[in-house]
Amino acid sequence: MAPFLEVNNLTKSFGTNTVVKSVNFAFEKGEFISLLGPSGCGKTTILRMIAGVENPTSGSIKVDGQDITGLKPNQRQLGMVFQAYALFPNLNVGDNIGFGLKIAGMPAEQRRARVDEMLKLIGLPGFEKRFPYEMSGGQQQRVALARAIAPRPRMLLLDEPLSALDAKIRVSLREEIRAIQLELGITTVFVTHDQEEALSISDRIVVMNTGNIEQLGAPHEIYNKPATRFVATFVGHLNTIEGTVLDAAARTVDIDGQTVTVHALPATATSNAPISLTLRPEVLSVGPRDGNDITLTGTISDVTFLGSVIRLRVALGRNIISLDTFNDQRTAPPARNEPITISLASKDLLVL
Amino acid sequence: MKANKFWAWLVFGLGAAYFIVPLVATFIFSLRMRRNELSFDAYASVFSDPRFYATFGYSLAIGAITIVVGVLVVVPAVYFVRLRMPWLRPIMEFVTLLPLIIPALVLVYGYIRLYNSSSILPFTSTVLGTDILLTGAYVTLALPYMYRAVDNGMRTIDIGTLTEAAQIAGANQLQIIGQIILPNILVAILSGAFLTFAIVIGEFTIASLLNRPAFGPYLVGMGTNRAYEPAALAIISFIITWGAMGMINVLGRFAPRTSARTD
Repeated sequence: MAPFLEVNNLTKSFGTNTVVKSVNFAFEKGEFISLLGPSGCGKTTILRMIAGVENPTSGSIKVDGQDITGLKPNQRQLGMVFQAYALFPNLNVGDNIGFGLKIAGMPAEQRRARVDEMLKLIGLPGFEKRFPYEMSGGQQQRVALARAIAPRPRMLLLDEPLSALDAKIRVSLREEIRAIQLELGITTVFVTHDQEEALSISDRIVVMNTGNIEQLGAPHEIYNKPATRFVATFVGHLNTIEGTVLDAAARTVDIDGQTVTVHALPATATSNAPISLTLRPEVLSVGPRDGNDITLTGTISDVTFLGSVIRLRVALGRNIISLDTFNDQRTAPPARNEPITISLASKDLLVL
Repeated sequence: MKANKFWAWLVFGLGAAYFIVPLVATFIFSLRMRRNELSFDAYASVFSDPRFYATFGYSLAIGAITIVVGVLVVVPAVYFVRLRMPWLRPIMEFVTLLPLIIPALVLVYGYIRLYNSSSILPFTSTVLGTDILLTGAYVTLALPYMYRAVDNGMRTIDIGTLTEAAQIAGANQLQIIGQIILPNILVAILSGAFLTFAIVIGEFTIASLLNRPAFGPYLVGMGTNRAYEPAALAIISFIITWGAMGMINVLGRFAPRTSARTD
């Protein structure tokens, strides 16, 4: 089956500055895709080129087999939600949602029915006479979502729609967005710099950095098998341990005077050479644990109580690593400067 | 603190007196047409003069056309400069300030030289042509006010994002300007319109040199021939101008509100 959204060699330059560098990806109909990356990585520029409000320097964009690269934004039949809501201040909620339908020439009666249907979908029935300034940010963004999907667009584009909202509403609205997307089966491209947001609602994630795709994959692939050091550090928390290779053939590494045997070393590794190892905080356990073949001892340098989880910072020597442990209500949390033994499975120690 | 307030009030009082005393004196003088008695005879005389209605009606019509032309020129210009060519803004600022620097007399002599009956564009050879020229001159005179009013209006809304939102929803440029941009800056446009109206209604130099029957030349003509009516006319024009200014304040309350509720 041909992909629904296809981006080929997409490049965008502003003067001498190339912000999107020959990007390629293809997605199936109905997928929820996140473009994830730090500020200035080119993710919003890609979305804006798909929307048609920015012209690519080179490359092409196809939707449902049609090359839309040269089409104007009003010819692309897409829906978009902006970070700043962008509701029309002079129109009430009903007219905002019905704007695209009115432009398309839908008769008033049908338009009203569709607006009512949309208001029910976003959980704001009876709000059609309100003006944007009479609503909270979360409500405005839901109206913006309804406005974007009311004309039944071929694809939904979301440009950091949750960034301007407070933490609680951000979580509830992202769940709502995902539920609506699944209900309608609409292909959606979501731009965010928040890795938790991307991991929680996407079918697939495109991790971007300085105009290039670093990795493209399902959320669990991105998190569990980061392809590059950038992906590993940007998506989730990552500990980096500096060590020295003791014996490349035996795969032994010295970490602050403690010897460990790692699962694999790069082919280029040589004995006595420095090496960087990485691991996620959640792969570490306090004390020994079944399946963990590496044990390290250190001192607790900091304790952060986060409610259900306690984050410990453990000094192994010059290396300091973080690990998470569940809060146990029956015992006191670990204290600073206490000695501690931690364990992990050698396969979880990554060399990037 | 109290001493500060005293001096502040004194300066304010002196300033206000400088402005209000002549106005009150003019008003009292306008009531003294009947010997030894205060009356509105001067006003009655003004309102019974058919030339008052003819010239006021003429200026009103020219003012309305000036406002429409001004809006049609300024709104798209400000919109496209803000959206597509922001680097042109300093030049726009400078150009729109020129009518404040160049005297109306210079402007109208320039017009007469360029558009006289023996030129390629002989606007002054017909009444309609001269009216068009007068409207053009008034659009130019009102440009500094209309530009700033519209520019301020567009500053309060995010025209870039609103334009993109409307475009993606399927709207073309005309629909965006007509249905989204204009309604959102309507109050700003009306402010500019009332300022334009206030300028046009009292303008003398250009109307007089182009020999058009406008309200300004009528006011001056009355001043040279009559005693009490000019005072009454001065008060009437003040009321009209202040009425226009007051409308700007009233309309300001209806400006679209863009911020979200914070609860």
